[in-house]
Formats: sequence, C-alpha cells, structure tokens
Amino acid sequence: MVATLFPLGVSPEPTVLATLAPGVVWVAALLSTLLAMDGLFRSDFEDGSLEQILLSPQPLFIVVLGKVIAHWIMTGLPLTLIAPLIAVMLFLPAEGMSGLMLSLLIGTPTLSLVGAIGAALTVGLRKGGVLISLLVLPLYIPVLIFGTAAVEAAVTGLPVAGHLALLGALLAFGIALAPVAIAAALRISVSG
Amino acid sequence: MAGKNWMPRWFYQLASPKWCYQITGKLLPGFAIATLLLIVVGLVWGLAFAPPDYQQGNSFRIIYLHVPTAYMAQSIYVTMAIAGAIGLIWKMKVADMVAKCCAPIGASLAILALATGAIWGKPTWGSWWVWDARLTSMLILLFLYFGIMALNSAIESESTAAQSTAVLALVGLVNIPIIQYSVYWWNTLHQPSTFKITEKPAMPPDMWIPLLILVIGFYCFFAVTLMMRLRNEILRRERRSSWVRELLMQQRG
Repeated sequence: MVATLFPLGVSPEPTVLATLAPGVVWVAALLSTLLAMDGLFRSDFEDGSLEQILLSPQPLFIVVLGKVIAHWIMTGLPLTLIAPLIAVMLFLPAEGMSGLMLSLLIGTPTLSLVGAIGAALTVGLRKGGVLISLLVLPLYIPVLIFGTAAVEAAVTGLPVAGHLALLGALLAFGIALAPVAIAAALRISVSG
Repeated sequence: MAGKNWMPRWFYQLASPKWCYQITGKLLPGFAIATLLLIVVGLVWGLAFAPPDYQQGNSFRIIYLHVPTAYMAQSIYVTMAIAGAIGLIWKMKVADMVAKCCAPIGASLAILALATGAIWGKPTWGSWWVWDARLTSMLILLFLYFGIMALNSAIESESTAAQSTAVLALVGLVNIPIIQYSVYWWNTLHQPSTFKITEKPAMPPDMWIPLLILVIGFYCFFAVTLMMRLRNEILRRERRSSWVRELLMQQRG
C-alpha cells in the first residue's frame, strides 16, 4: 500500500523511483511490522490468557519466541515474498532483487523481535499504539540502514555479503537477548 | 551467607530515601561551587585564551561546549541504565528515582550536543546536518531519551513505570558502543574522539586542558542537577512519611 503511494506522491519517473525503491520497500516493511505490533499481546492480555502463559511451567522466553515467530510469519514473511512484485512496480533493477529478498528475509525477524519488546512494555496501557512507535523506531534505524545498504550494494554490483552478515549478526543478537527482555517486560506489565 | 558483606555499607544506606536526602544535601554545595569554578575557568580559558586552530580558526572554539555535552549525554544514559538495573535487581526505590531524574537532563544535553554540532558543522563541513554514523546514532540516543520519558509518564503506577523504563534503558544500551565506535567503524566526516585514555591528545596542552576542565565541570554540573532533581523527587514521593513532615515543621520554625 505505502509502496503504491510513493509513485503517486513523488513522481512516476522510472529513474527517480529506481533510486528510491530500496528505501521505500524497507520503510514499508518497517511500518507494516509496526502496525501489527500493537495487537501482538493485546488480545491475550484482555482475555486473560497472557496471565495463564506467564503462570505456565514452560520457560516464558520460549513461548514469547513462538509468538514473535508467528508475528513474523504474518508480517515479515509475506512482505519478503511480495517484495519482488513491489520492486518491479518501482523499477528496481533486476540485479538488486536477490539483495532485496535476502536482506528482507534476514532483517524482518529482527524488526519483529525488537518490536515485541515495545509491545510487551506497553501492553498494560490503553493507548499503547503511539508509544510503541516512539519506543521502537529508534531501535529499528540500524536494521533499516544495513537493509537499504545491502539492496543498494546489490543494485550497483558491489558485494552484498558484508551488509547481510551485519544483518545476520543483529538477528543473532536479537534472538539471543530480545526474548529475555520481552519476558521481563511482560512480567512487569502484567503485575503492575 | 558468605557473600553478605561484599557490598559496602553506604550502598545499603543509599537505599533509604531519608539518608539519601541528607547526604545529597551535604554534598550539594561542594559540587555546586566546583561546577561554577570549573565551568567559568574552562570557558574563559577556552574561549578567550586558547590559541586558534590553524585550519578552522576561531570556529573550533565551540568544541568547548560540544565535546562536554556529547560526553555527558552518553554518560547520563549509562548512569540511567545502571540505576535502572540496580532498581530492577535490588528493588531500590532511590535507584528508580535516580533513573527517572536522569532522563530529562540527558535529553537536554543531547539536544545541546546536536545543536552545537550543527553550528560547528556549518562553517567546517558546509552544512548543518549530515547523515553520518556519529550524528545519526546520537539522534537515536535523543529519541531513546524521549521514548523513556514518554513511557515513564504514560504508566500510572510508579513502580511499574520505573521497571518498564529500566528494561527499555537496558535495551537501548546497545546504542552507546555504536556511538562510541561509529567514527572508527565507518568512514565518516566526524573526526575521531578528542580524548583517549591510552594516548596523549593530538592537540597542544593550551587547547585540551581547558576542554578537560570543562568536561569535569559538566560532570559536576550533572551531579548538581541530578541531586537537586533527586531531592525534589524524594520529597514528592515521601511526602506522607513522618521525616518529611518533621523537616517541613523545622523549616517553618
């Protein structure tokens, strides 16, 4: 959706769009994960099942990791799959396609993980939605930078591996530490 | 319990709001005088007597505000995160208050660092703002401060607010090494650090001694503002306790 607004808003010139394309796709990915983020724990919190999850004998961070993966399958994965379509609409050169797909594939799980921390912190609040974006967007910026850098490197024919490795490092770091932070944040939000 | 005595006594005493209020009351005048002295000496020396830079002329003098504020914005963030962690682990009320008081001070100093950086960037780089790694990560730091302040004021229960912001502050701690090393990891316009612990500064002593004085002065300034805010916060939260009432009665005579 956002991706179709850009040609209308900026200019339908192929050359302009091709330079903007990596950034547009990535910003769209970022916003779409944010949109779905508010609902991640909200319904569970309202019907009380979140408390049952907290009380269950399974370690909390595994349950949380499961929820994050589910969120990613709902937002990040479809976006990665339709990204070539959007990229063609935005006249992104064909060389950039593999870089775009790979960077989205590695980058969007990190977005889901980091966003879930924000969702867990604000789950007890009535107007959490605006707050989530304020909390989470600063932490998204590094992913955005390396993601778009990977696509641009792919378009110009430079090696992509370095950028993808950095995205992978962010993802590994996020998988290891974010579930712990999410679990702690959920305990605080529910007990308060 | 073998590990019972490894924490010094003053650490436990700081946990008592009353004791903390009294000790900060005693420390405050000393730090205030030190702040005034150091900042005035540093500013006068730096702005009026230090030699001009051979490339940048007099415009480099804004370094005397830019570097201390940038240092402080990061140090305050670390202080806030450490205080938040202490509050999370030992459930100390005073640590929660310290973390809460740090955020506005840090945010204002981060704004100052960015503003002085922009003013300095105009004559030397030719533009107010460059999307360079150091500047961007500093901007992220400012947004983190805003997020922490917003989260803190959005949650009604004080203990929950403190715990939530502590988690957020610890998550955001990732950004601090990125700021620190951004000038080495990426080829950027921003120059590398002015001070290193292991090496002598590349500037003549006439230039870096006032800068060092100002950095220490700003640390003292932070201590003073933090203690003033902390004392206010303690009084506000403990307004129903007996020792605050006694204090009020004494002051009224």
